[in-house]
Amino acid sequence: MTDLIWLVVAIPLVGAAVNLFLGKRIGEPLSGWIGFGAVAASFLIAVEPMLGFFAGDSEPSTHFLFSWIPVLGVNAELLWDPLSALLTMIVTGVGALIHLYSIGYMHGDERFPRFFSYLNLFIASMLILVLAANYAVMFVGWELVGLSSYLLISFWFTKPTAAAAGKKAFIVNRIGDWGFLVAMMLIFAAFGTFDFDIIFGTAPGVLSVTMATAITLLLFVAAAGKSAQLPLYIWLPDAMEGPTPVSALIHAATMVTAGVFMMARSAVLFELAPVSGGIVATIGAATALLAAVIAVSQRDIKRVLAYSTISQLGYMVLGVGVGAYTAGVFHLTTHAFFKALLFLGAGSVIHAMSGEQDMAKMGGLRKKMPITFFTMGAAWLAISGIFPFSGFWSKDEILAATFAQGGAWYLLWGIGIVVAVLTAFYMTRLFVLTFLGKPRWDADAHPHESPASMTIPLIVLGAFTVSFGLVNTPFRLSFEHFLEPSFHGIPHVEGLTNVLITSLASVTLVVAIAGIVVAWRRYRVDELPVEVGGWWDRALVGFGVDDLYGRWIVAPGRRASELASRADAVVLDGAAHGIATGVRSAGEALKPVQSGRVRTYAGILAVAAVALVVVTVLVGGGF
Amino acid sequence: MPVLTILIALPFVGAAIIGLLPRRRPEVVFPVAIGVSVAPLAVAIYLLAEYSLDGTTFQFFENYVLSERFGIAWELAIDGISLFMVVLTAVLFPLAIAASASVRDKLKTYMILMLVLEGAVLGVFLALDLLVFFAFFEIVLIPMYLLISMWGSDRRAYAALKFVVFTAIGSAFLLVGIIVLGILAGDAVGATSSFDWRVMLSMDISESTQMWLFAGFGIAFAIKVPLFPFHTWLPDAHTEAPTAGSVILAGVLLKMGAYGLLRFNLSLFPDASVDLAPVLAVLGVIGIIYGAAAAIVQPDIKRLVAYSSVSHMGFIILGIFAFTSQSLQGSVFQMISHGLTTGALFLLIGMIYDRTHTRAISDYGGLAKQMPVYAGIFLFSAFASAGLPGLSGFVGEFTILVGSYLTLPVLTIIAGLGVILAAVYLLWAYERVFTGPLNPKLEGLKDLSFRELAIMVPLVVLIIGLGVYPKPVMDRIQPSVEQIIDRLEGASDYQVPEFGRLTDVESVVGVGHEGGGG
Repeated sequence: MTDLIWLVVAIPLVGAAVNLFLGKRIGEPLSGWIGFGAVAASFLIAVEPMLGFFAGDSEPSTHFLFSWIPVLGVNAELLWDPLSALLTMIVTGVGALIHLYSIGYMHGDERFPRFFSYLNLFIASMLILVLAANYAVMFVGWELVGLSSYLLISFWFTKPTAAAAGKKAFIVNRIGDWGFLVAMMLIFAAFGTFDFDIIFGTAPGVLSVTMATAITLLLFVAAAGKSAQLPLYIWLPDAMEGPTPVSALIHAATMVTAGVFMMARSAVLFELAPVSGGIVATIGAATALLAAVIAVSQRDIKRVLAYSTISQLGYMVLGVGVGAYTAGVFHLTTHAFFKALLFLGAGSVIHAMSGEQDMAKMGGLRKKMPITFFTMGAAWLAISGIFPFSGFWSKDEILAATFAQGGAWYLLWGIGIVVAVLTAFYMTRLFVLTFLGKPRWDADAHPHESPASMTIPLIVLGAFTVSFGLVNTPFRLSFEHFLEPSFHGIPHVEGLTNVLITSLASVTLVVAIAGIVVAWRRYRVDELPVEVGGWWDRALVGFGVDDLYGRWIVAPGRRASELASRADAVVLDGAAHGIATGVRSAGEALKPVQSGRVRTYAGILAVAAVALVVVTVLVGGGF
Repeated sequence: MPVLTILIALPFVGAAIIGLLPRRRPEVVFPVAIGVSVAPLAVAIYLLAEYSLDGTTFQFFENYVLSERFGIAWELAIDGISLFMVVLTAVLFPLAIAASASVRDKLKTYMILMLVLEGAVLGVFLALDLLVFFAFFEIVLIPMYLLISMWGSDRRAYAALKFVVFTAIGSAFLLVGIIVLGILAGDAVGATSSFDWRVMLSMDISESTQMWLFAGFGIAFAIKVPLFPFHTWLPDAHTEAPTAGSVILAGVLLKMGAYGLLRFNLSLFPDASVDLAPVLAVLGVIGIIYGAAAAIVQPDIKRLVAYSSVSHMGFIILGIFAFTSQSLQGSVFQMISHGLTTGALFLLIGMIYDRTHTRAISDYGGLAKQMPVYAGIFLFSAFASAGLPGLSGFVGEFTILVGSYLTLPVLTIIAGLGVILAAVYLLWAYERVFTGPLNPKLEGLKDLSFRELAIMVPLVVLIIGLGVYPKPVMDRIQPSVEQIIDRLEGASDYQVPEFGRLTDVESVVGVGHEGGGG
């Protein structure tokens, strides 16, 4: 079955094309089932080869498809190893569930088939990204997920905010892509190839520390764009303008983890650049903290989850930064389950409340939507880090690995602990405000449980949320062994004894419970606390970072553009007109001129030509 | 069979046929024009199919001496670079002609001019005799000038004049250069003069002479490309020209400049090329950033695309003067791709202009609701232009950037910023024209007609095809590019850096690579 890996990418691509061109004729709900079927088929094809790695009887393999850019030696080639297999399972598994959910959620939308076309395009793009056997092909997937994200955020494009959010996401990501591009230039200059096996096989001998640091920092710029880290995280909260299944799939479970995945894939390079690791870890921790603080203040249920995603991505980045690649990927995995579940649950709530997203107008939904309530409850405990839910294990591993580095790293560990408290706090706030207490909805709202197509995905994700953490406990490291071949030769984080791990785990557990208790006492009341003014207002608007960027980057950039545009008219053409006037007045003394313009351009061109010749001779002579 | 002569002659014959059409039957002009413009395409496809991959660079060679004494010959041949310029020309002209359905006034003259233009452009790409090349290079000016000045929009007189004056002045430098070079070549072969490019290749020109000649040729081509700061004719000409004129200007005419630099400056003046490369590369990179920055704030959608051309052509110049196999191949590839993507954008703008008669971005809004197919193809073309992987623009830009970094690292890193700016100007323009609530003035607009779709679909298919599987094109460009680099290395002290050529990396790094299996 390993030979059929290309089908995993091809099937969703065909699904996207079918729904793009024939969607109108196919119509609802069949086009949705085609979309779901394509992703489910990919999942099923990938299961068996993936299990081969679990059984330990499979070797990583590359699959040559065709020669792409011969002069760069780039082939369309896929790499099937435990890491790509894991991501493929997440993308197609969670993806299939979210397709299923969308059949219910997008019911009645006039562009229903188009939505599934874009979703399938996203799945195919993401699979190109994770299955790539070289950086160039990875970049193809990297950009195409950006495209699908753009299309899906601005899916309801008649809404100006949605259109603007899509554009913002793509442009901010492009800033990161520049880092990826430059990193690839450096990589090619050093290795003459983009192939992972050659690069990772020879990197220690080929790269100097400086070069490795430069490459990894540039890759981190790219990761900061995709995985929404400081200072490029600003697109993600706005991306919530997209339909909620999109937020769940792309802006929580899969695409935003691409940066973490890419850095984990490049682990060999990061191992050569300790300085980069420090910077990555610090930015990860700082992002986790900032986003958690902002999440506490948000009133819109989706925005809480958006900032929470940024914060959790910060944890993963911290993990990669301290060299705990397995832990980072482990948290990526558990997060994919519980965060997708949280978003889908939120979508279920929003659906039931006829589009209401303000938590102040919810409350008491527990009885109306029991399945949503119970499944989201599991996700709430998982993300808060409560034993034995999945988030507890994965978050704990990252924090333990950070602690084990000692020295200045204790500070990052401390930040991680603070974030753990805040996480438990804001998630409890969300959960209590939404489901518990007295109903605060308008009289005309009639909340109801969502249809089966929406609740089944919730239940499946709920099961994984509860149990998946158990695949990698300090006592049974199945996950780590599974990923071993992908991180071949990279030493494990040292100094982690079982005693230390257990004591650290107790600390995180205690602070998580503390966060829950504080939030519970504050919000499980009849009269909600007033959260306006001062700190609350500033946090609510994300401390005005968007405005800051607007004032210091967008506005000056626009002025510079206008300057460039006007320079053409005023300086370059204007010089011509100036010369023209001169030529004309000189010319008029001799003879009335008919075509002053001709002389103008003749003049400016002659001047430019002379200038070029002078430069030519000067520079040429200097060589 | 003198197939290249036939290729050049076909459009002129077509023009004559249209000239002979009865004046009483104006309705046949349009279909006949499309019909005759397809003939060169058929020949181009034949060339593409017959072009041998055995590594010979110049094929289909033809040589008829015109003047023994002055060394002038009707000398035509095609290599991996001109092959695709010819194909691009032959593809874009029928599409541009088919997109001219809204032309009512003096349709016969219009079509004759288009076909004369096509014949002249083909001559430029095929001639190996510099005087014949120059003749075609100049003939191109006349129909283009007339097309802009007679069928252009409001400021057409100004734009057409500006176009002619800029280009003609460049041509003056070029002519002086060609004559000097011709006399030098004449000395070498014992004749009054010789304009045979291959004779010139064998000459040994002193470095200082090379500098002057490079400047003469370079100014003419730099204006045509156009290279900053000679670009100010371009936004006016592109914006005021009728749709077909803009398509041909951006798609084909600008390539004549880049082609000239590749064919003549690099191989005839290798020392000067190496010495001056930093200057031209710097100007190219300024063009990338400056053109993109200026594009962002243009209130006129056509002008925005025109400025984007300045930016894209900057990439091509950077690649040409970075002198690596990758950068040069990328540049040639980008010349093709830019012709397709920018051609597509200008065609699309023409289609909406035919409906609304406005190019101001602020006159639009929410159009995707009213014209979804149009919006989809526009967005596709915009992403192709912004270099989205999987589409042709990426292959060219990426190969240029990776290849140029090997010799010009700092400039190339700056050039990479153009990729961000491209997303800004294209997506912001798309947002304002196509998203948000529908501007009430746009209600009732019809989506693309069958004819318009038939024009766009070939471009869409080519853009995807070249983006996903560029290998057949790359394989044909490769030997010609290697020849240019061989020439540079042989005739100057330039040395291609490691990995600057197609290398067998596995043998360099000494690892077994298990690719190709599966």
